[in-house]
Amino acid sequence: MTFLTTDAGVGTIVEPFTVTDPSGQAWELVVGLEVHCELATATKIFCGCANEFGSEPNTNVCPVCLGLPGSLPVLNRQVVELAMRLGRALRCRVEPSVFHRKNYFYPDMPKDYQVSQYDRPINVDGELELPDGSVVGIERAHLEEDTGKSTHVGGGGRIHDALHSLVDYNRAGVPLVEIVGRPHIRTPEQARAYVQELRAVLLATGASDAKMEEGSMRVDANVSMRRAGTDELGTRCEIKNLNSTRSLVRAIEYEARRQVDLLSAGERIVQQTRHWDEAEGRTHTLRSKEEADDYRYFPEPDLVPLEPAAEWVAAVDAALPPLPAARRRALSDRTGAEQATAALVVERDLDALVLTAVDAGGDPDRLLTRAANDLAAADVGALTAPAFAAVSRMEADGALTATQAKVVLAELVAGGGDPQAIAAARGFEAMGEDELAAAVDAAVASDPAAWQRFVDGDPKVAGLFVGKVMKATSGKADGKAVNALLRQRAAG
Amino acid sequence: MSERDTSGPGGRQGAEEVGGLEASALQLAAQVRSGARSAVSVVEDHLAGIAAGDGEIHAFNHVMEEEALAAASRVDERLAAGEDPGPLAGVPVALKDNLCTRGVPTTCSSRILEGWLPPYDATVVARLAASGAIAIGKANLDEFAMGSSTEHSAFGPTRNPHDTGRVPGGSSGGSAAAVAAGFAPLGLGSDTGGSVRLPAAYCGVVGMKPTYGAVSRYGLIAFASSLDQIGPFGRTVADAAALLEVVAGHDPLDSTSIDAPAPAVSAVLDAGVEGLRIGLVTELSGEGTDPDVRRRVAAAAEALEAAGAKVEDVSVPATTLGLSAYYLIAPAEASSNLARYDGVRYGLRVDAPTNGGMNVASRTAGFGDEVKRRIMLGTYALSAGYYDAYYGKAQQVRTLIIRDFAAAYERFDLLLSPTAPTTAFPFGAKTADPLSMYLTDVCTIPSNLAGDPAISVPYGLGDDGMPIGVQLLGPALSEPTLFRAAAVLEHSMAPTGDGGPAAGRERTT
Ligand SMILES: [Zn+2]
Repeated sequence: MTFLTTDAGVGTIVEPFTVTDPSGQAWELVVGLEVHCELATATKIFCGCANEFGSEPNTNVCPVCLGLPGSLPVLNRQVVELAMRLGRALRCRVEPSVFHRKNYFYPDMPKDYQVSQYDRPINVDGELELPDGSVVGIERAHLEEDTGKSTHVGGGGRIHDALHSLVDYNRAGVPLVEIVGRPHIRTPEQARAYVQELRAVLLATGASDAKMEEGSMRVDANVSMRRAGTDELGTRCEIKNLNSTRSLVRAIEYEARRQVDLLSAGERIVQQTRHWDEAEGRTHTLRSKEEADDYRYFPEPDLVPLEPAAEWVAAVDAALPPLPAARRRALSDRTGAEQATAALVVERDLDALVLTAVDAGGDPDRLLTRAANDLAAADVGALTAPAFAAVSRMEADGALTATQAKVVLAELVAGGGDPQAIAAARGFEAMGEDELAAAVDAAVASDPAAWQRFVDGDPKVAGLFVGKVMKATSGKADGKAVNALLRQRAAG
Repeated sequence: MSERDTSGPGGRQGAEEVGGLEASALQLAAQVRSGARSAVSVVEDHLAGIAAGDGEIHAFNHVMEEEALAAASRVDERLAAGEDPGPLAGVPVALKDNLCTRGVPTTCSSRILEGWLPPYDATVVARLAASGAIAIGKANLDEFAMGSSTEHSAFGPTRNPHDTGRVPGGSSGGSAAAVAAGFAPLGLGSDTGGSVRLPAAYCGVVGMKPTYGAVSRYGLIAFASSLDQIGPFGRTVADAAALLEVVAGHDPLDSTSIDAPAPAVSAVLDAGVEGLRIGLVTELSGEGTDPDVRRRVAAAAEALEAAGAKVEDVSVPATTLGLSAYYLIAPAEASSNLARYDGVRYGLRVDAPTNGGMNVASRTAGFGDEVKRRIMLGTYALSAGYYDAYYGKAQQVRTLIIRDFAAAYERFDLLLSPTAPTTAFPFGAKTADPLSMYLTDVCTIPSNLAGDPAISVPYGLGDDGMPIGVQLLGPALSEPTLFRAAAVLEHSMAPTGDGGPAAGRERTT
């Protein structure tokens, strides 16, 4: 692992994704992500209406979120609490902040302005550590209100050609936090990892349910290309309508190639917003910066500046749950888990179970392997840590084969119980060394031609002999032990 | 003291024709609470007064006849049941038509809100109801409170009860005229740059702008949110004080609401001004102020001195910048506040082939010229590349004004000035020249920019026989001191000077 301090923060260097143009010039990718998340509050950001997905249209509304004349916003305390929880989890500073009005006309925006934090956001200057050890800077994570949702009927679903449009204001005033990442992402895969890690943090802090499919987590990607090895940032395009991490990866790859085509032809990239079309697998121009609206931001006079007391921030810190990066590190430190395995086990929320089982005398390698591959994420049913530890021990001692260990585990998940008793009931008694050696010798003797091929160095034949031994022992043999004996015999 | 006869309670209109309309709010409340009169009879009398006189004055956009009589019956029922009907039991109140009233048309005197019925009551409306007061009608205003004469109403102007050829001032001209004409002893207005105090001065009644945040803005249809403040009208200082006490106080629905109970102003009305230091603001009573207005302000200064205050000239230099700063900040906020009138959800919709076209057509048809002028001005002031030079600079000026006032309040308890440089002007005198209209607010705007309270007290007549108001200004939360001084001025105008039959008598009942 290489560590260094750069613009991209401290962490593992990620080899950039490059596209080589026909002249042989390599261009490397730079990506910054902006992620909007709906906060999982009980009520909306400025009124008492329920913050609920899937209600009948226009049932979670009141004078405030409908922007009726005379209504005024009052900031929801839980919104601030969750925003700070997320901000602190992203290692941001919480600063005094101010809401602004972003003015533009759109029918699903009841006041024809959006209340949003602008030049003084609540959370600034954080970072997100990804499972591969890379670190992506977070510029800010600020608060704003969501808009309503328009459905355009007829004309292909676009407002300009629609016969009529329906607006549901249930979503108007739902609290959003916008997490603006720095342009530190170097590959499409790293972008995916960033979104997944952010999602894990959002879930761990309880800030959001972070469902990309339901739109409670929306990702926009700022993509630019620069000559490989240079430091300057190129002109970027912002890609919208990314509804899954798969779309995100595809869109970034597409956009990288589109930009390199232009750059290598000597053309200039025009800063613009582009729409990802998942079906066509390409991006389209939405609007260029030249025609961008002038939002006439100014401080929202109906709200007062937000200055959470130091004690409140301290209480938020104290209540933060262990976060994915720290959990991965703890797991690796205690078990020697590889980066990828630690990431998987933490993602599946099984690290606490593994660590408790290690404390109970379990075998770390077996526990990690089973947790990473054979247990359902988060839900382990009736399986207890001591039982899990016992199974791993039995497997490590050769009392259970891998196959048998999985069967015992499945039974423990389904109904609990004593691992020894389950193994005994299933007839999973340990095979003696002599019995196993005899079975291996019998298998070798049964096919001399194949055996010769194995001896001559064809490793693929090993499976044939392992299969024979398994069949002869009704699966009681340990595959690893059989392999070891085969190699011993061939060498011998 | 012949002034008393024409500028006093009731004015020229309505008072003589219908019995009891000259009574003060506190007198009426006392009569209703004691059972001497029913609330219904009080309301009936005032409705009759409106029916007789409002054809000429046009103080109201909408008279709430049914609702008022029903509310009065409820007050009478509560009394009959032995319950306390509230301190303003049975007292009719004129509501500026930018205060939301559930199920009752609320128009801001604009076509754009045609047909809209608010589904909720403004906080002040709910508090009035809880106090036993009776909302009697929705009073005319300059469209969206943008104006100083009530000529910019989509439903036609309100006439000054003292001279129906003249404007009542604005933008709360309907509420001021209603109180002056005896249609209601009390009125509520909103004051963004003087919109309560100016019409109070022009109509010869008391009008007060509280400290920003003292009265909840919830349900007040916004013009310029950082400046808007609801304020009371009364024919007497004591009535205005009683109304303020009922509507003021913290409201969790308004984030800018001060976290304090309503100021206790009624209790201190007799406390006098002995020992108070009062500064006469030279910048607000110099050039451009009519000589007769200046004479009345000087008379007010003398009266305050006679009552034991110390009055001296004081310079508050940044007040001269108030008008320019105001005409950037207020339109900027208005341009945003009025964006929601887009024809999509409520009010006027003029159809067009596209949504954007419908927005434009609705707004073009729905807004009057003055509103359009200010939306354009404000949009420009907030635009990219102009923000720093206009809106940003105006906010800096605002800071200067706050600083200069703070310096003055280190030496003085209160400040004194005219409410307006002239008396009420004839219709059409200033409509062709928006700038000259804007200048009528030169004395009142600084308090809004500073967020400080101020009160206009009728103080005699001008050479044209029209009422003149003097303004007392104070630092934030100085309402009790302002009302003490206002009461002294009012008392000094009473015919006998010691609680005679006009201004002074209410406090003795
Ligand atoms: Zn709501």
